[in-house]
Amino acid sequence: MRSTWLQASLLLVWALLANGANAIDSERLEDPVLQQRYEQMTHELRCLVCQNETIADSNATLAADLRRELREMLKAGKSDAEIRAFLTERYGDFVLYLPPVTPRTWLLWAAPALLLLGGMVVAALVVLRRARTARADPAALEEEPENL
Amino acid sequence: MIKQSLRYLVPAVLFGALVGFFFIGLQKDPSEIRSPLIGKSAPAFSLESLGDPAVRVGTADFAGRPWLLNVWATWCGGCRQEHETLLEIARENRVPMMGLNWRDERALALQWLAQLGNPYVSVAFDPEGRTAIDWGVYGAPETFLIGADGKVLHKQIGVMTPEIWRRDFLPLLAATEEGS
Amino acid sequence: MIPEIGHFALILALLFAIAQAFFGLAGAARGQAAWMRASRSAVAGQSVFIAIAFGALAWSFIDKDFSVLYVATNSNSQLPIFYRIAAVWGAHEGSLLLWGLVLAGWSLAVTGLSTSLQPAFRSRVIGILGLISIGFLLFMLTTSNPFERLVPAAFEGRDLNPLLQDFALTIHPPILYAGYVGFSVAFAFACATLIEGRLDSAWARWTRPWTLAAWLFLSIGIALGSWWAYYELGWGGWWFWDPVENASFMPWLAGTALIHSLAVTEKRGLFKSWTILLAVSAFSLSLLGTFLVRSGVLVSVHAFATDPARGLFILVFLSIVIGGALLLYAWRAPGMKSAAGFELAARESFILFNNAFLVAALALILLGTLYPLFMDALELGKISVGPPYFNMVFMVPMLPLLLMLGIGMHTTWKRSRLQPLRNRLLGIAAVALVIALVAGAAVYGEIRPMATIGFVLALWVMGSSLMIPLARLRAGQALPGAVLGMAVAHFGVGVVTLGITGVQSFKIEQDVALAVGDAATIAGYDFRLTALRDVPGPNFVAVEADVLVSRDGETITTLHPQKRLYNSGGNPLTEAGIEVGAARDLFAALGEDLGGGRWSLRLQYKPLIRYIWLGALLIALGGGLAGLDRRYRRAAKAEPALDTASAEVT
Repeated sequence: MRSTWLQASLLLVWALLANGANAIDSERLEDPVLQQRYEQMTHELRCLVCQNETIADSNATLAADLRRELREMLKAGKSDAEIRAFLTERYGDFVLYLPPVTPRTWLLWAAPALLLLGGMVVAALVVLRRARTARADPAALEEEPENL
Repeated sequence: MIKQSLRYLVPAVLFGALVGFFFIGLQKDPSEIRSPLIGKSAPAFSLESLGDPAVRVGTADFAGRPWLLNVWATWCGGCRQEHETLLEIARENRVPMMGLNWRDERALALQWLAQLGNPYVSVAFDPEGRTAIDWGVYGAPETFLIGADGKVLHKQIGVMTPEIWRRDFLPLLAATEEGS
Repeated sequence: MIPEIGHFALILALLFAIAQAFFGLAGAARGQAAWMRASRSAVAGQSVFIAIAFGALAWSFIDKDFSVLYVATNSNSQLPIFYRIAAVWGAHEGSLLLWGLVLAGWSLAVTGLSTSLQPAFRSRVIGILGLISIGFLLFMLTTSNPFERLVPAAFEGRDLNPLLQDFALTIHPPILYAGYVGFSVAFAFACATLIEGRLDSAWARWTRPWTLAAWLFLSIGIALGSWWAYYELGWGGWWFWDPVENASFMPWLAGTALIHSLAVTEKRGLFKSWTILLAVSAFSLSLLGTFLVRSGVLVSVHAFATDPARGLFILVFLSIVIGGALLLYAWRAPGMKSAAGFELAARESFILFNNAFLVAALALILLGTLYPLFMDALELGKISVGPPYFNMVFMVPMLPLLLMLGIGMHTTWKRSRLQPLRNRLLGIAAVALVIALVAGAAVYGEIRPMATIGFVLALWVMGSSLMIPLARLRAGQALPGAVLGMAVAHFGVGVVTLGITGVQSFKIEQDVALAVGDAATIAGYDFRLTALRDVPGPNFVAVEADVLVSRDGETITTLHPQKRLYNSGGNPLTEAGIEVGAARDLFAALGEDLGGGRWSLRLQYKPLIRYIWLGALLIALGGGLAGLDRRYRRAAKAEPALDTASAEVT
């Protein structure tokens, strides 16, 4: 604001150094439902350049391009599944941060239930065995101060 | 009695398997994304030629023949590195190479080719990157070998070298030439 | 000259570490008091020389010695002095030196403060710590020498990564390492126990304070990392389930299970082999984390410069240390069974279930983190497992955990005595439900099922935790540090849950394009761009915006987000403007110049986010209070001999 020369040179530097892309895309879809889907999907897709960011957060040009494709596909009425298929056909399953449910990923998706139930079953078996021991010999459980 | 005690070996065994996986993992590159296009038909496109916007170039130009597609840009350092190798491949004149100029400026790209030499039979101009996305491009340079049947045979991610050309491309090229 | 001194000091430290390990373990095996004494002196020797090496590296940074490769790659003549010092641990080689220094520190502490331990046991612990030190020193000297020279010397350094040029760099790694590395003490205690074939549970009492201390540091370290990512990385995220974040969280989960399991083992002599396994696991996960960051097997924002040789070294080291410990476990653990019992709803029962949930969570995170690696190794293709997956599956074991937590705190050892508490607990549950529904509707204008569940569980845990000290005080009972600590830590868990529920369920994020004078509104807050200016910094130039934030016409604050371009080059860095509040954070980050005087900005409304880190601090505080309990200080002075009373065999 103060020094126009400095600002101009700064902008020039910006234009030269920045690859022209930024994670902040102020272009919004008019339909709030589409915008909501857009926001959801951009947070579930992986940027292939900066590979530890979503395309929502990545400054890479490719991320900006993919966001543009996403907006266009949403406006064209494509479903979420169709959009994901579009991307995986070109980039493979790597681009999905939420892995697909396929025979190869069955363990990944079954794990939460398996581990939870497995853990609870083991714990329950131990507890039941110890409770049986306690019932068999109640005298052994003498009073003790409530303490850690 | 023994079976009871064997249970305690489970952690060690699981850990051993984990180490095995890590050992294999050390030899791989986790950031490299293999192309899902291999074995599938090359994505068709028709774009403006870099030199003359009135002329269009695309996949149809090479129907029935094997060809190479090289993705490049003036802002890409690796493209500069591999340019000499590309010129050599072009001099061999065995297989035509089309360039895909990715997200670049026409004037700068033409100047680059004028200064450094042009290995390409034709160059497609993709300023918005849409065709690059269709080909699953995520970085430059990338080079694709397309067979005589129009299927993508191989994708090289990164700088092309004579060794990679000999080791990865020539065998596939020979096979597809025999077939056609 | 100084770098050579540093290098030589590292070699000497290695020699002392070898002595420490040899005399410690062999001395205990042969019952040689002189050797055991020598091992303790070796700890001091190792510590002195590692400290000298560290000092030498720090000096090279302060002195801007760009003839040292590490200094040249991570520093710059314009870099302010405090960042130059923090840059010591800003990359691979230096952070290894920090690892070694922290390990030496813990070893010194164990040597000095464990005079009441049995000499042979203590000697073994020190010996094992020595073995770990050898690993890290050898690693540095063979593949990652911080003192490697750059010939010819660079005229100017490459600069510290701008993302790291922040206050948090000075505290996050050291505190995180204090925790990470501190689990080596519990590991050493566990291994010593296994080597000796101990069947009693005295070691549990000895291990507890050390484990609590390490766990405390790790809790703070992780919270600092999350807070730093939030304000530094520009997009307001506070946890990304990045492999390296997971690599610090998994030891924390194991450590949490460990401190609970230690309580049971100490009190009742139960779960001995589980506790040993947890102690081995916690540190193993720390080492695993070290491997993941430095080997290049996984893509991560934290990954240091990778090199197959380094990866291989760590893998071999890992295999020896962890493999050895697990084989010891397989050998000795079968004999560690105990015959005690407890009733169904006794405290032991709840702790067991608690640990089952924690271990399930840990296993889920481990599986998710490593699954891409497994698939790639088996040539099954490349997939990504990211935040959407982890956010979903983490809740599976956590929800039942939070529910049982509220009850388990009130249970007693050996016997189930829940009946008298039933009414009070139901009362707290009811209050939690009502507040969650009413407050949720009132504050956020809607009732969402997941958010309600989260709020109910958070309030349930908080209320249940408060009840503990309140009930004691009302009954005129004493409030020992251990009990107060437990209540505070669990209360902290509730607070963290509150924060996570609030921000994940009700956050609003919007990208807008504004010219000076324009405004945008989110969540009832007005963000008006009032000015744009250029700002020079010590080693960067920046564009700064003034964003006036108001609500219902009343001004709240002016935010100053910046877009910085560092003189040393690289991508522009975003410094967000954040307004901190008790109920919410308001966040503005500059995007880019859109031309025509308009800039893009990202505006965010983050309700309750501060409670995440506040809760984490409370958790750590609780741990500290528990560790300071008079029992430990008293016990340290008068330690009984082998606890034959609780030695039980099947």
